[in-house]
Amino acid sequence: MSSVPAVRLRDVVKRFGALTAVDHLDLEVPRGVCFGLLGPNGAGKSTTMRLLTGQAVADSGHVEVLGHELPGASREARSVSGVVPQVDNLDAELTVAENLEVFARLQRIPRAERDAAVRRGLEVARLVDRADTPAAALSGGMRRRLLIARGLIHGPQLVLLDEPTVGLDPQIRQQLWSTIAEIRSSGVTVLMSTHYIEEAERLCDEVAIMHAGRVVASGPPRDLITRSVGREVLEVAGTPTALADIEAAANAGGLRTRRSGTTVAVLDAERLDGQDWAQGDRRAPTLEDVFVVLTGEEMA
Amino acid sequence: MSVAVTSTPPVTHRRFEPAIVGAIVYREWRVFRRVWFSTAFGSIVEPIVFFIGFGFGFGALISEVAGLSYFEFMATGTIAIGILFSALFPGLINGYTRRAEKHLYDGQLAAPVSVAELVAGESLWNGLRVAVVAVVTLFVALAFGVRMGPGVVLVPAIAVFTGFGLSATGAAFAAKLRSWHGVDIIIGAVVAPMLVVAGTFFPLDGLPRWAELVGRANPLYHCVELLRGAVFGFTGFGQTMLHVAALSVFNLLAWLVAVRLVRRALID
Ligand SMILES: Nc1ncnc2c1ncn2[C@@H]1O[C@H](COP(=O)(O)OP(=O)(O)OP(=O)(O)O)[C@@H](O)[C@H]1O
Ligand SMILES: [Mg+2]
Repeated sequence: MSSVPAVRLRDVVKRFGALTAVDHLDLEVPRGVCFGLLGPNGAGKSTTMRLLTGQAVADSGHVEVLGHELPGASREARSVSGVVPQVDNLDAELTVAENLEVFARLQRIPRAERDAAVRRGLEVARLVDRADTPAAALSGGMRRRLLIARGLIHGPQLVLLDEPTVGLDPQIRQQLWSTIAEIRSSGVTVLMSTHYIEEAERLCDEVAIMHAGRVVASGPPRDLITRSVGREVLEVAGTPTALADIEAAANAGGLRTRRSGTTVAVLDAERLDGQDWAQGDRRAPTLEDVFVVLTGEEMA
Repeated sequence: MSVAVTSTPPVTHRRFEPAIVGAIVYREWRVFRRVWFSTAFGSIVEPIVFFIGFGFGFGALISEVAGLSYFEFMATGTIAIGILFSALFPGLINGYTRRAEKHLYDGQLAAPVSVAELVAGESLWNGLRVAVVAVVTLFVALAFGVRMGPGVVLVPAIAVFTGFGLSATGAAFAAKLRSWHGVDIIIGAVVAPMLVVAGTFFPLDGLPRWAELVGRANPLYHCVELLRGAVFGFTGFGQTMLHVAALSVFNLLAWLVAVRLVRRALID
């Protein structure tokens, strides 16, 4: 059983009319890791997530979650995985505790264990003292935490977190990062989508960079970066003409460049040795550099 | 924080799981506990308005309909109208807002819940709620001096039985709704004829032949006939079974169609 990956997608296509949201996607998420789907708006991250719960049905290809083949066995898949959606869908008419209790029932947690599950959920959400507050009255960060606790109520083996920190302020984002890290270290496989580079780099053991419904690169973030853009980036600021000269010089030397606003980033900069044009700030490369190099587009 | 796995999820997965239907009903019950007063208040006021307006207004002109006093006739019609409104509108309005505005169903369907169970649970709940409405209306009728036989105890069952299908009908229309504007069409083209051509305020016999036939296809007609039988005495076993059979077919069809349309609206 443990040789079965948490998620396996093979050549999956999902179209909405003329638009291909997921385009011959291959993806394999091993068990026990935090896996990041990184991509800009419209890359197909949420659609991929919905394919894993049977809420979207692939036009072709093979979708498997924890050994259950979808859409046929989607009910089995959903009872061993938990979902934290991108769009807040808490039950605003219920209290915090009731939200958890209803999901405990939907997940068919036996009556004798239900109260304990709700209590654990309140602790995960850090809302023990807000148990009887209507969900509609919670702050954005509290709602996120409750959504996470709801997704974990039945002790799933896999959690799908779709943009878990989108729209939250930095402090709350940090809190959620530590929650996600704890989920992962408790042995639950985490598949999260994000368009925050930093989030993926910090939390994920492996990432897949998505663009226009496809995975353009995947692997552990550090490997992926070193493999695609080297170990160092030289960032040079200047006038448009100066930047053009630098691009020409770097490209002539076989180095790739990335222009953003008033700077040029020269990739693989560790291979430079003291050329006189190469004056600027050296920094570590990021997944964003990888994305831009592989797709020719900016992330945001 | 501990997120460790402590519970073992049930291993058997039936295609249609009554426990899930129960969980959906439970969710509705939790909400109802807080808002029951407005439901109860509405279901007291509405029949009083109808009894005074139609009962005394028309009752002065018409002495007897189908062997009943006009007041008795329209009192049972009013119960049926309460069932129609209190089942079809929640099915329609909740079906639309929970899908398009609150995304509630998206959350529920990420758990091991099927659309069939979801529609069954919400329709069953609306049926149960409608039974309360029907009983309240009965008490109002009693207060207005309507005499009732022992069969009156069957009224809640008739309410649940009709309410289920009417709520599912509302859910089916909700699945097709793209915006609130469509509600006007549904009220005009579906609810109004259902309300009137059902033998609620006047018998079907007096209508043109085609309208009478339409009326006999109206589930509310079978509901109101059963209600009259229950409250004032059934007229014949065969006739009664025919109404029960018609409502059974209606319930099944409404549920099947609703499941199909709601699934199409929720699953990409
Ligand atoms: N139900 C739908 N009907 C039609 N088009 C859809 C539907 N769902 C998604 N799409 C389209 O499919 C594409 C991928 O959308 P998706 O939501 O999967 O992207 P995403 O990577 O999650 O983006 P974001 O970062 O904005 O959440 C988009 O072009 C989107 O407009
Ligand atoms: Mg998305």
